[in-house]
Amino acid sequence: MSFFVDAWQSIAPSGLTLWLFGLVAVTVIGALTLGRLFRYGPARILFLAPAFLLFAVFVLYPIAGSTWMSLHDVRADRLVCADGREIKELEEGEYCRRVQKMEWVGLDNYRRFFAKTDRNIERAGKELAKLNPVKFTEDGVGWDPSTMSKGRYPRLTDAGEALLNNLIWLIMFQVAIPIGLALAVLLNQNHFVVRLMKPTFFFPFVLSPTVIAFLFQFFYNTADGAPLMWLFNSIGWGKDGILGTDGWSNIGIIVAAWYPQIAYCVIIYLAGLTAINAELIEAGKLDGASGFTLFRKIVLPQLWPATFICVVVTTIGALRSFDLVHVMTVGGQKSEVLARLMYEVGFGENGGNYGYGATISVILFLIMLVFIIFFVTNMVRQADD
Amino acid sequence: MYPSPEHTWRPGARTFYWCSAIAVMLIWLTPIFLLLNTALKSNEQINAEQGAKFTIPAPLLPEGFWVLLGNPAFWSSMVYSFLVVLPVVCVAVSFATLAGYVLAKHKFLGRTWLFAIFVAGNFVPFQVLTFPVLRMMQDLGFGDWSPYNTLWALILFHGAFQTGFCVFFMRNFIAALPTELIEAARMEGANEFQVFWNVILPLLRPALAALGLLIFTFVWNDFYWSLVLTQGDLMLVPTQLVNLASGQWQNRWNVMAGGAIIVALPPLIFFFFLQRQFVAGLTLGARKG
Repeated sequence: MSFFVDAWQSIAPSGLTLWLFGLVAVTVIGALTLGRLFRYGPARILFLAPAFLLFAVFVLYPIAGSTWMSLHDVRADRLVCADGREIKELEEGEYCRRVQKMEWVGLDNYRRFFAKTDRNIERAGKELAKLNPVKFTEDGVGWDPSTMSKGRYPRLTDAGEALLNNLIWLIMFQVAIPIGLALAVLLNQNHFVVRLMKPTFFFPFVLSPTVIAFLFQFFYNTADGAPLMWLFNSIGWGKDGILGTDGWSNIGIIVAAWYPQIAYCVIIYLAGLTAINAELIEAGKLDGASGFTLFRKIVLPQLWPATFICVVVTTIGALRSFDLVHVMTVGGQKSEVLARLMYEVGFGENGGNYGYGATISVILFLIMLVFIIFFVTNMVRQADD
Repeated sequence: MYPSPEHTWRPGARTFYWCSAIAVMLIWLTPIFLLLNTALKSNEQINAEQGAKFTIPAPLLPEGFWVLLGNPAFWSSMVYSFLVVLPVVCVAVSFATLAGYVLAKHKFLGRTWLFAIFVAGNFVPFQVLTFPVLRMMQDLGFGDWSPYNTLWALILFHGAFQTGFCVFFMRNFIAALPTELIEAARMEGANEFQVFWNVILPLLRPALAALGLLIFTFVWNDFYWSLVLTQGDLMLVPTQLVNLASGQWQNRWNVMAGGAIIVALPPLIFFFFLQRQFVAGLTLGARKG
């Protein structure tokens, strides 16, 4: 008998798995019984259930989960049993599934995110140590404030810097759209040479961000005679290059991110250009419009659906930016963004603070939510027509 | 057609067009040329030049490729990537096709909302899902087995996340199919499963190919989730490349360049052979209006 108990315990589903099985069972049984009341009901629910359940469990629920977690202090290394018992309560040899302990702290994590710089004295010291020798106070406990005020006191916290950089991303990344539009107009010809050229403008879209990161690390390298060295020298960055210069590294990464994004916009705009109404253009020409006026008044309005898609994907891409920053600068040289700061807080060297990490990600999500509501209402309206 | 065909332009304008088109293409491809150039150089040459620049590789050595192809960790990552990507494509595309059909062709209360949820969920910055998904992967499972740090974690998560995009794609594609076909099949007495299998599915072949390719590319290129949900040798290939480049092969530029090219190859091969499907998949909706 005990053999069966042991065997069951070694394969028994954990709490969460049981819940999931229950959810699936309830949905299917519910669909089959209740659904008979409506025509096509059972089929409809059975068709929808797999996609919706998977999506609900791994995408919708985690959004709520992150919000809940952001109100707690959760540390990677502070574990309890999944059923709520402390690990030291366990009996000798007893096994339990371990999860991080969640301790309610209210809005503390958000307060930390929006805190002012002076709480970040350690970082101030680090910044100053780079610039000029900082003296300790006489008892050696902290930094002497009189030496600190001489240096450049960092006005932004880590979080503020990441927030600002994300804002710069959000604005600068949109530049990919007009560039993509210009290239699409350039490439919208039927000559066979142009047809051969098109894929060379499309393909960066299928490159992994890590590949893009390597590509631009090479492109931005600072050997004598490197492709961009003349530019770095003339601006005065010298051997630091764009990625080694505070403040500019963020711009350098955004330009690297343009590469696949421009490719995407070219693809979208070329498709949009094929749907242009030729009669409208002829009519415009008859009315005397030409050159830029013709483009702005007649072509651009017809490209609105393409522009909308480009703005959507570019905005999402700007707020999701993680890979390029992580590979190219690891957030150094003032290029930190919220997504990477979250990773650093959660999994970095001095990380393990899941609660604060979740807070950062929720703030990122709230920024995105404004756009999501706008985008989705627009898309659903389009879909309803 | 806008702009008008170039052969109708004035000769001066045509010359200017061709010069600028070629110049733009060369500038556009400069980073790629630099990567190829670096991959073909020997380590000594790169060290002597102290970086990547346009010089003739002498000797011409594909060392960058050989080093990686001889590395078991990189190889196994390559295999793991395929082992994750293929099930994800199957799961996401098949589940989404079922759901997309109902969302497109059935009228019921809350249909718009349901569709909106899939679209919205697909737009979230996926980093917001990190900690709960990680916790779930550690907490799910049987006995002391949990999907965390196995390929199952990646398959489950990517399968779920990509389902959002697939539903969006499939719903829009199926909505454009004629409803009369379905009505006719129902008049003949076909049930919903037969309608789906015999009427809808055969019409979806091009869409399935396009969607499968897109999902393959998205998941193959993913860097973040493999970093969060797996460790060590189980990393997928882009993550493994960065891992190796920041450790074992630090400053071996030719190896990094060769690795970048190998990682980029599977999606690139698909892209160049099936370009039309790719472009058709991406531009769904851009033509509307």
